[in-house]
Amino acid sequence: MTETVIPHPGNHAPTAFTLAQLDWLPWLAPPTEAELTERQHVSLVDAARSKSPYFRLLARDPDILEARTRTDKDIFYNTGSGLPRAERELAAAATSRHNGCIYCASVHARHATTYSKRPDDVRRLLDTGVSADLGERWNAIVAASVALAATPIAFGTAHVTRLRAAGLDDAEIVDVINGAAFFNWANRLMLSLGEPAQAAP
Amino acid sequence: MTNPDIIDTLAGLSPDSPLAMIRDRKPVTRQQAQASYGALFEPAHPGSVTAQERSAVATFVAGLHAQDEIATFYAAGLSRTSPPPPFSAALSAEILLGRANGPYGAYPKGPLSTEDVAGPIYDVAEAHRAALGSRITAALAHVHMLVFHPRDASAASLQRLLDAGWSNTDIVTLSQLVAFLAFQIRAAAGLRTLAATRSVP
Repeated sequence: MTETVIPHPGNHAPTAFTLAQLDWLPWLAPPTEAELTERQHVSLVDAARSKSPYFRLLARDPDILEARTRTDKDIFYNTGSGLPRAERELAAAATSRHNGCIYCASVHARHATTYSKRPDDVRRLLDTGVSADLGERWNAIVAASVALAATPIAFGTAHVTRLRAAGLDDAEIVDVINGAAFFNWANRLMLSLGEPAQAAP
Repeated sequence: MTNPDIIDTLAGLSPDSPLAMIRDRKPVTRQQAQASYGALFEPAHPGSVTAQERSAVATFVAGLHAQDEIATFYAAGLSRTSPPPPFSAALSAEILLGRANGPYGAYPKGPLSTEDVAGPIYDVAEAHRAALGSRITAALAHVHMLVFHPRDASAASLQRLLDAGWSNTDIVTLSQLVAFLAFQIRAAAGLRTLAATRSVP
């Protein structure tokens, strides 16, 4: 069987960064919920993700999906030590803003807002971009995330020195590196396998 | 796990180094990043993406990032699959031809268009296509976009892969491989930089 992509000619994709909840439309056919094998169900980790065309599409290769998901969850949710969740989400949102993933930025800007209680700063990051002045500690995290997103990578000793001067210890800097680095993974999947859509009202 | 930790290896961290011990505090992140590498490069279910294709793409991605230790690591993996010498020569030449500075690309027309950044649209040189074969030729063009300008991704880019014989599931695997490397290379490079930046006592 020859496979073809799924176009979405009627979709009005968002043209600005937003805090609103968005939908996502796949360009390749995901398995339907009924078609998911037991292995694919397990690879979703959260049963509710079987409703998501994005995760069902990734379930075509369940072994890497499961490892990806468990990496993601531990980098962001394991807050027993290290950087506060709000600043991990800031690194994710800044990376997504810089790479240009409108969908990813919306999700993680909402999380950053929830965990930081700094809605105005998060909105400035989305509206103005990664040069927005968010106070030195956040500026240092955003600058480090932006430098890590560059190819070739532009993250250097000056970024580490600035993070330390802003009060981060090495374990917290490792969390910045992992959070920002991970979104270079997530952004590329989200951007290249489908497109964002305004959520149905 | 008896295998050496790949991110520690690529970052140049010995197991008893301070940063390796910081990484040990988040064993799930460490194990699942390693499991992600395993799922992509030592897959239990390789499907129809060959070991040589996986290593060739990884060599290209690592070469585009211009991180010497990491590029050497993946090039060694490719050598172990015994590619024909003209294939390796063409791939090495394409790495040099493909070098650029990302992220760049265009947003959907609208208020973000002022943030569009121009950059090269790469394709494999005519002279190298026969040696690389049609599947890898199509893959490298897509992979270059994913590495440097993922916000230019489109359904048409995926159609070219389908036309070159990549199935829907193959494309998910290929996308995960490139996106994972975007994470792994940044995590390792970030840790290497952090290790090299002396802590203020």
